[in-house]
Parts: sequence; C-alpha cells; structure tokens
Amino acid sequence: MDASAAKLIGAGLATIALAGVGVGIGNIFGSFVSGALRNPEAAPRVFGNVLLGFALTEAVALFALVIAFMILFVF
Amino acid sequence: MHSPMEQFEIKELLHLNLFGIDASFTNSSTWMIIAVILATAVFVWGMRQRALVPGKLQSVAELGYEFIAGMVRDNVGDSGKKYFPFILTLFIFILFCNVLGLVPYSFTPTSHIVVTFAMAAFVFVGVTIIGFARHGLHFLSLFVPKGVPFVLLLLLVPIEIISYFIRPFSLAIRLFANMLAGHTMLKVFGGFVVMLGIIGGWAPLAFIVVFTGLELLIAFLQAYVFAILTCLYLNDAIHLHH
Repeated sequence: MDASAAKLIGAGLATIALAGVGVGIGNIFGSFVSGALRNPEAAPRVFGNVLLGFALTEAVALFALVIAFMILFVF
Repeated sequence: MHSPMEQFEIKELLHLNLFGIDASFTNSSTWMIIAVILATAVFVWGMRQRALVPGKLQSVAELGYEFIAGMVRDNVGDSGKKYFPFILTLFIFILFCNVLGLVPYSFTPTSHIVVTFAMAAFVFVGVTIIGFARHGLHFLSLFVPKGVPFVLLLLLVPIEIISYFIRPFSLAIRLFANMLAGHTMLKVFGGFVVMLGIIGGWAPLAFIVVFTGLELLIAFLQAYVFAILTCLYLNDAIHLHH
C-alpha cells in the first residue's frame, strides 16, 4: 500500500476517539440536567464544574485532532 | 482561495538577530503586545476613579479580579494568596489573546504550541520548585497515594509519576488545540460560504454566526481552565493531597 494512503487511513482512525468523547460530554450534561431537575437550587453552584468537565473532555477530542494532524503533516 | 491554515502563519515584521538566535519581531509578538496593552488599559484606566459605586469599566476590572481571587481562595486556600498575581496575569493574558484572535484578520498567539507550552512549562517548573521548597524531599509523597496496599503501589506510583510529568503537555495542548480547531473550523465554513455563493451560502453563514458565539465562550473557558488547573497543581504542591 502507498504510504500516503496509509496516512489518510491512520488520520481517519484517529477520529475514533470522538466516540468516547461524545459519550463523555453527553454524560456530563445528562448528569447535570438530571441532577438539576432533582435539586434545582443546587444547579447554579455546580455549573462551573460542568463547564470544567466539558472543557476537559473536549480537550480529549482535540488530542485526537492533534494526533490526526501529526499523522497527516509531520510524518 | 486561501487555505484555512494560512491564518496561523508567522510573518516576520522586523528582523532581529540576538547572538545567533532568531528573535525577530513577528505578527505573533505584535498581537501579544496588543493583548498586554489592552489588558493593562482595562485595569489601569478602569480603576482610575476608584469609585465606591463602580462605573462600567471599573465593574469589568473588579469582576475579573474578584473572579480569580475567589478561584484562588476556593482552590488553594489562604497560602495561595502569594501566587494570586501570577494566576490573574496568566488568566487575563490568555483571555485577551484568545478573544483578540476572534477579530477578523487578527492573529491568535495562543494557537501556537510554542507559546502555550512556554506558559505550561513555566507553571510546571514553578509548581515543582514551590513543592520542593516547601516540603523538601517529603514532596515526593505526592506520588504515593494513601491507604493503598503495597502490591498496588508498585503499579500506582509509576502511573502517578507519569501523570505528573504529562501535565505540562496536556495543559499546553488543550489550549493550543482548542484555539487551532476552533479557528480552522470557522475558516473552513467561511470557505463554504464563498463556494456556495449567494444562493446557498446563507446556511454556513448562519452557522458561523452561532459558532462565533460558541468560540467566544470557548475562548473564555480555556483561559478559565488554564487558570483553574494551575490553581489545582499549586494546591497539590502546597497541601500534598490533603
């Protein structure tokens, strides 16, 4: 197989990480909404943590993006 | 058409050679200086009246100060007060770089890993030095989780050490990749607008408008995350897990 073709396949494979990130972000906001419906008064207090968790989870997706970029452009 | 990656190109504005090191003045340095000047202006000019009932700009300056002061107080405690100026500077600098990068035709210094990694490495080395200065060799107990059987420790200690050394990289890559991905996405959709023309271009245009709002949130959020993670690392070094 041609090396450039393998590169494209590898970059595509690197995006599989998005599956986990999707589950993670859905889990964060889903848990927040179900928690907020049970105890609406506590909701504003934990929203900062929700955003922090969102940003940390989203960063995992971007690590995958960096790996895809590295496969495509560095090697 | 221009490539969406072209916005990240570093252009030399003034050639400068310091003892064989290329220290040229680039568009990246220009935008960093603009960010510093604007941030200083907001704080100095906003606080010039020192009114008891703050005006608009003074409220912004006070809000930013209070926000970070509260963050340091909640996450590090009283012993973190010493490091508050550093964390405020870090937060404001990253925030201004991120937000100014959203202005069309501007440049985002934080979209370059060399900039973010310099900051992250500074935080990492600084926190490690603070830890060793405060606790001496006892600082190494950070790598040994409490109440774990000895057999498990053989596995956990290397993991803790690796996760400690991976911190500056994850801190740097998080900020850089967020900025890079967001800006690239905006430019790719900008290309769609041009390609689809006056008939179909409205849909990606609407997406860009919505996404710019989200990018503003991300710009703030990433500065916040960088600052709060610095606080957490500092807390680890000062209080050693308890």
